[in-house]
Amino acid sequence: MEKMSRVTTALGSSAISGRTMFCHLDAPANAISVCRDATQVVVAGRNIFKIYGLEEEQFVEKLNLRVGRKPSLNFSCADVMWHQMEENLLATAATNGAVVTWNLGKPSRNKQDQLFTEHKRTVNKVCFHPTEVYMLLSGSQDGYMKCFDLRKKESVSTFSGQSESVRDVQFSMKDYFTFAASFENGNVQLWDIRRPDRYERMFTAHTGPVFCCDWHPDDRGWLATGGRDKMVKVWDMTTNRAKEIYCVQTIASVARVKWRPERKWHLATCSMMVDHNIYVWDIRRPFIPFATFEEHKDVTTGIVWRHQHDPYFLLSGSKDSTLYQHMFKDASRPVDRANPEGLCFGLFGDLAFAAKESLISGDANRKPYPGGDRRYPIFFFKKPDLTEQFAHVSSALSVFESSLESKRMDWFVKTARLYLLSGKSFAELCDHNAKVAKELNRPQVSTTWTMLRIMFSDPANLSTPGPNHIGKLGTLPLMNSFSMKEMGMGTESRLDRSKGESRQDNIHLELGNSLINNICPTAENEETEGSEGQAEYMFGDAELDDDDLYSMEHDNQAAEEQEYTLPQEAFPLRHEIMDNPLAPEHLQQDKADSPQASGNEAEVMCLTPIESFSLISISQPLFSPHLPAPFFCPVVREMLSHYAEQGDVQMAVSVLIVLGDRIRKEIDDLTQEHWYMSYIDLLQRFELWNVSNEVIKLSTCSAITCLNQTSTTLHVNCSNCKRPMSNRGWICDRCHQCASVCAVCHHVVKGLFVWCQGCSHGGHLEHVKNWLKSSSHCPAGCGHLCEYT
Amino acid sequence: LTQFPSAALVLSQEKGVRVPRPFSSGPSAFIPKEEASQVDPQTEQILAEAYSLSGHVDHLTQVMGLHPHYLESFLRSQFYLLRMDGPLPLHCRHYIAIMAAARHQCSFLVSLHVREFYRMGMCLDWLKGLQYAPQRLRNLNEINKILAHRPWLITKEHIQNLVKTGEHSWSLAELVHAVVILAHFHSLASFVFGSGINPQVDPQNANGFQSVFISDNCTCDLASDHHLDRDLSNTSPVTTDSVSELEALMDRMKRLQEEREEDEASQEEMATRFEKEKKESLLVGSGDMKNEVMPTSKVSRFVEDATFGYQHFARHGEDNPPTFRAQDYSWEDHGFSLVNRLYSDIGLLLDDKFRTACDLTYYNMASHEDVDTTMLRRALFNYVHCMYGIRYDDYDYGEVNQLLERSLKVYIKTVTCYPERTTRRMYDSYWCQFRHSEKVHVNLLLMEARMQAELLYTLRAITRYMT
Repeated sequence: MEKMSRVTTALGSSAISGRTMFCHLDAPANAISVCRDATQVVVAGRNIFKIYGLEEEQFVEKLNLRVGRKPSLNFSCADVMWHQMEENLLATAATNGAVVTWNLGKPSRNKQDQLFTEHKRTVNKVCFHPTEVYMLLSGSQDGYMKCFDLRKKESVSTFSGQSESVRDVQFSMKDYFTFAASFENGNVQLWDIRRPDRYERMFTAHTGPVFCCDWHPDDRGWLATGGRDKMVKVWDMTTNRAKEIYCVQTIASVARVKWRPERKWHLATCSMMVDHNIYVWDIRRPFIPFATFEEHKDVTTGIVWRHQHDPYFLLSGSKDSTLYQHMFKDASRPVDRANPEGLCFGLFGDLAFAAKESLISGDANRKPYPGGDRRYPIFFFKKPDLTEQFAHVSSALSVFESSLESKRMDWFVKTARLYLLSGKSFAELCDHNAKVAKELNRPQVSTTWTMLRIMFSDPANLSTPGPNHIGKLGTLPLMNSFSMKEMGMGTESRLDRSKGESRQDNIHLELGNSLINNICPTAENEETEGSEGQAEYMFGDAELDDDDLYSMEHDNQAAEEQEYTLPQEAFPLRHEIMDNPLAPEHLQQDKADSPQASGNEAEVMCLTPIESFSLISISQPLFSPHLPAPFFCPVVREMLSHYAEQGDVQMAVSVLIVLGDRIRKEIDDLTQEHWYMSYIDLLQRFELWNVSNEVIKLSTCSAITCLNQTSTTLHVNCSNCKRPMSNRGWICDRCHQCASVCAVCHHVVKGLFVWCQGCSHGGHLEHVKNWLKSSSHCPAGCGHLCEYT
Repeated sequence: LTQFPSAALVLSQEKGVRVPRPFSSGPSAFIPKEEASQVDPQTEQILAEAYSLSGHVDHLTQVMGLHPHYLESFLRSQFYLLRMDGPLPLHCRHYIAIMAAARHQCSFLVSLHVREFYRMGMCLDWLKGLQYAPQRLRNLNEINKILAHRPWLITKEHIQNLVKTGEHSWSLAELVHAVVILAHFHSLASFVFGSGINPQVDPQNANGFQSVFISDNCTCDLASDHHLDRDLSNTSPVTTDSVSELEALMDRMKRLQEEREEDEASQEEMATRFEKEKKESLLVGSGDMKNEVMPTSKVSRFVEDATFGYQHFARHGEDNPPTFRAQDYSWEDHGFSLVNRLYSDIGLLLDDKFRTACDLTYYNMASHEDVDTTMLRRALFNYVHCMYGIRYDDYDYGEVNQLLERSLKVYIKTVTCYPERTTRRMYDSYWCQFRHSEKVHVNLLLMEARMQAELLYTLRAITRYMT
């Protein structure tokens, strides 16, 4: 042994040699450690404590330290460490809480040197100072770390982690006074050995226990940690805050981590459970292990690099009672078996695909994906790094861009936001939604809305406006029938008429016509979907758009001047009429004409420039008396299913809501519920909470409406002490003050409390409502202008 | 654009859920009604939550509500176990719960889950008895009975038998789920008997089958001391001045704490102390325990091989539980990883529950305040593990002997190993000075220790099967 100890530390090229080999131990190992000159290894476990010599071809048992007929628990080791300066000195951590040192130089059989029984619980880790001979550190389950001076009988200082069990302690390789400790609660602490009162720094490294940590052997201030959360993380400790610079995700909880000597980026790990392999990772390539050793049949419990300057020999002990020496050249390289291909969707529906270059270039002429066009294939090569033995794969990266409109879901979001589902008359809702769809370039949907309006509008409403209009509106059907007959005629006749209206609409008409022509082809879809033959006529009617619109407008305006109490159903007409912004100057003119132009008209101004279906509404009275609304139900039902099947569940649900009772009974509840659920789910994915809530509210399925009754708890903080009110909503347990006092009546609000989000004053719903009717300022007198909507 | 949002209204709790209070004799037969239903605000909230989830708050929850902090994590894990995503279908989970509770003839839990099972509306004929259940579930009976009574006997062969491919095989994930349910309800049965939970009076069992079933079951005779404590002769008479008893206990704790430093007790002795404690624990409360014939209650229809029960090692020496070294297979290092791997997230919930139970303290003992009860709690926890043969190297089992009096040991032994024999007398005979809530706390510790022990043995077997 003395001969061996003379082997120098500076690694001669011939100093270490060997092969992959193993030997059977008598019992499972818990930890192993190697002596400084890499010639011997100590194996410790519950029932084993032996030193093996590492020879060329085999392990040779040198010494059994477990002596005595009935060995005490002090021999039951959780950890072992061989001193790196003093080759006769070993330390073990016993499961019963003892820290024991062993002196191999003792002449007696029992080599036990010192025994420290200061820890109350199992000691998980012992660690010698890398340069100081007599300094030993221990970390225990009881949450304490103790530093021992081996010349004294007891510990010289005790460090309290103030948290749960210590799982690992490691002296810094370069910084003389620093050590790191990892804890069961996920924290890592840095300590200065001279200051036992408080840690220098603490950070949370993992969720769940941090089983191990290891300082980088070079002076980079890097610390690797491994935890139960299956991660290995590398931290840069040189900065003010510990920064996670690399993270490797393994497949099982990480029991040990050891940096590979002479390889800056490599570290070896083994797992606590389930997975028996030892992995060597290149931390820059965290997805595939750089090398794997698969020899063990049970979990590996201890790993150590044989020599601190030799990266090619790894020793490991395992629960399967074997001790292995692994040669790096014999390791399996998972990367050789891996398929270097990747596929990923981008934020905007782009698709990136990377594959081996050979594979791609082989069929470069053919489009890999028929749907998308292959744009700028990028070829990149990693510069061969001599120190890195990773397999070099040059990959070709292809990016497939989806065409802007087709894949995006913008239309969905916009539609969801803009659709009106309630709050207005049926006809208005349909018109509004048709317009929304139109603007979003979805003519078919738009047409559907218009059709729906025609099918289901109640003719009775239209024919009973205020007394003043009866005459005028009553003529409408006539006008329409007239224009229908006229349809075949040229634009002249219409021009005439518009002249009769003293308008100069030539331009509009032409524009309007061209627009309508564009629309008609798409409208054909609708016809085939089962609309009556009259649909053709309706679109024909649309050509007359402008003329009729203006004539109508005049009627209405005349009416407006006399009578403000227009029935609601009459308004849509006026709306449609007004919003033909093809003629802005004409609108202004209008305004001049009618000084009473209401807010409605102002709104209309900002409506879209393309509106060509409005007339359809006028044609409606023409046929609806002959065809009762239920007549259309089967058609509509089919239409809805059609939309739903095509994936546009939005349309199905919106129509369902807008039509309400008109269609509900036609569709079975399960289907409805299914549609609702899908739509709500979609809305929530796009974070359209308000819309989704509205849909839930408006739905008539009990299964859907009850969604709004889940998680209805609101947590409030006390307005005095700012702490959460745990018990009741109106009185704070801590400061015993009534927190929610009505700003109007100054009593405690126990029921509904409504408050201003601007100044956070509020009170009883009724009180606030009443107050704000008469005053626009906050009732609390804070001067804020509150508004109740 | 500040507005009063009419939607954002606080629904104050005044209009919120009202937690119904039982009108029967209170939730527990051991604990006076007033004390058991003392409800502090935190508890009230949790109970309200529980009520809103299940539509009723059972007696069990009410008693556990004495420790709201624990109750919260208990309910969370139970909810996850029975209702959230998991490998097993919902009705199977309740059936397994029934099987587990039936092992201890715990009619409270059985009828509770029969009701739940009934609510699922599936496979109702399973309720006629275990022989009506599919073979696959019946196969589970083997590990059910072992886990309930002698968990140390479980081996990887048992796992193998269930998992091996075949018509009625289990996947590992399903098995782990089932095992967690089994362990949960075995230990919960301990709690139910240990705290003398009263049977549930259910006002709405309109259902024919149900009502028949439940009325058959609910002849629970916990309170009536039907089987009087048989080993009364063993327990020290309770006549001693109980105040001084408490003082003595406190004294011993203090002494132990101080002695620690000096007591270099020969390490070898520690091992013998454990063995001694283990041996002794086997004898505790042995009284004249015969292999009693299981009472022919309706619960027994869910039990097969009813004679399999807790065994006495004094008589069956070969059955002696081999020592299980906690350091070699611990919950934190090994159990957690395995269970979480096979049934995701349950590990976190159980971890939280164990931790809460072990760390729970109010820093008082009976009338004394500001007491560090760590030692006492650890003694209770480790004593249960000791009875199951689980040994902590770093624990001095001499402490158990000093801290836990004999009547308490009898109670612990009964509650953990054959809870159906617990009597009110046992409950009353220990720690007379202590509050009921503290005794419930003891029960929580026993329950969690038992659950962890069962899980450790099974998970170790599964690990062995996998490697």
